[in-house]
Amino acid sequence: MEKLLEVNNLSISFTQYVQGLNRHDLKVISDLTIDVMENEIVAILGSSGSGKSLLAHSILGILPYNSHVSGEIKYKGNILTQELKEKLRGKEICLIPQSVNFLDPLMKVSEQAIGECKDENEHNEKKLRQREVFDKYGLDESVDDLYPFELSGGMARKVLLSTALIGNPNLLIADEPTPGLDRKSVEETIEDIKNLKENGKGVLLITHEIDVALKTADRIAIFYSGYVIEINKVENFSDTDKLLHPYTKVLINALPRNGFNFSEGVQPLDDVSGCPYYENCPVRLDKCENNIPQLIEHNGVMIRCFNIGGVNDEP
Amino acid sequence: MNLKANNISFSYNKKREILKDVSLSLNSNQIIGLIGDSGSGKSTLCKILAGYITNYDGDVTIDGKKIPDKDFYPVQLIFQHPEKTMNPKWKMEKVLTESWNPPQNLKDMFGLKDNWLTRWPNELSGGELQRFSILRALNPKTKFIIADEISTMLDALTQVQIWEALINYSKANNIGILAVSHDIELLEVLCDDILHFEDINNL
Repeated sequence: MEKLLEVNNLSISFTQYVQGLNRHDLKVISDLTIDVMENEIVAILGSSGSGKSLLAHSILGILPYNSHVSGEIKYKGNILTQELKEKLRGKEICLIPQSVNFLDPLMKVSEQAIGECKDENEHNEKKLRQREVFDKYGLDESVDDLYPFELSGGMARKVLLSTALIGNPNLLIADEPTPGLDRKSVEETIEDIKNLKENGKGVLLITHEIDVALKTADRIAIFYSGYVIEINKVENFSDTDKLLHPYTKVLINALPRNGFNFSEGVQPLDDVSGCPYYENCPVRLDKCENNIPQLIEHNGVMIRCFNIGGVNDEP
Repeated sequence: MNLKANNISFSYNKKREILKDVSLSLNSNQIIGLIGDSGSGKSTLCKILAGYITNYDGDVTIDGKKIPDKDFYPVQLIFQHPEKTMNPKWKMEKVLTESWNPPQNLKDMFGLKDNWLTRWPNELSGGELQRFSILRALNPKTKFIIADEISTMLDALTQVQIWEALINYSKANNIGILAVSHDIELLEVLCDDILHFEDINNL
């Protein structure tokens, strides 16, 4: 199997003006490392508002101008430059955006799904493909001429999904495809995403809903305060003893069906000098306060914790 | 106290009726769950209960009396997206104290950090903002809370934390809660009783 996407030590920060001309750098993603293979779904799980979507935006090269990015992103072994991103996006790499607000309110949905065309011939060709994909997701011809405000939440999601699939991408990035949908629509979305995997595609699923990640993904990355703290196989999430990071355990035990267990602590707002989970960690060591552990491999699991593995022993 | 909705009917336009003869009853010591499909009208019912929509048929009463709309409204609604309910040009301290000035122990219970108070709403995450919007709604004059998908956008741990705090406070102060959600597992943990929206809506 080929590695489709490889993200190494990606950090994203924003420059903000705080008062007058005083500028301030706001770090959103720190040292993020993750990969997606063909035939694989990898989920990134983190609380909403924590900056997960920016990972998707940086892969596609649509970050705002005041952002700074370091680290590298590779697609099939080639480093993704802005030029290459622009060439591949919409074709080999596609995004299912987070909300209906990404649709153009003044354009019929079929036209936005087809997108930009050079001439009449290309339009006709793409129109056929668009019909085919819409049909597959149960959107009949009457939907083609609707405007986004006329769609229900579930239909809008299908339009977003179809739009992403018209280019027949190899890598799909799904950014929070499920919140606010009822159970039936969530099940459908999960099936849709799994089907993509069956067809040999790679999917990076960005979500805050553990259930969706558990039902679809092969591996799950836990995102905490801008850091990936653990990447574990989905099987291991049914038994908290097999999870390594203390936050991951707390998170899984907080699910309603796992006892709805309460634990204290909120994610730090400002930059911390050590491990981001230091303040709330039950097994913290002295060195955790001022040193950030590296993401290392331990028995096939990627983990960022001083308590695990020997590599992190001395900073 | 008892909050009662009697035969509520409502439609946004003449073509489609959303609510028909919906009745429900909520006591102060109760937590009742409400579950239903997207777009079925749950949020519309919430807005009617909390006094945001007034041109409906039927009536909403507390202990059999109409709710006066000239005073603090005793039924408070908490929304799914706290960022949409706050003035972006007010700092969090003003956002919170617009309603009341909660004592320190209550701020601690909701995990509000002092340095959050001097921030703007766009500088906090959804989970942090939701803590503010719940505490803001818990003014001493509040008798009932309508929680419309308040933890849908939050991670599992934050979800436990805010529900724990909200329920503890409500039990201690005799506040009734209507919890609306898609998540049946969550409602089963939280609620004394669960209503299915299609069973109470007589369309």
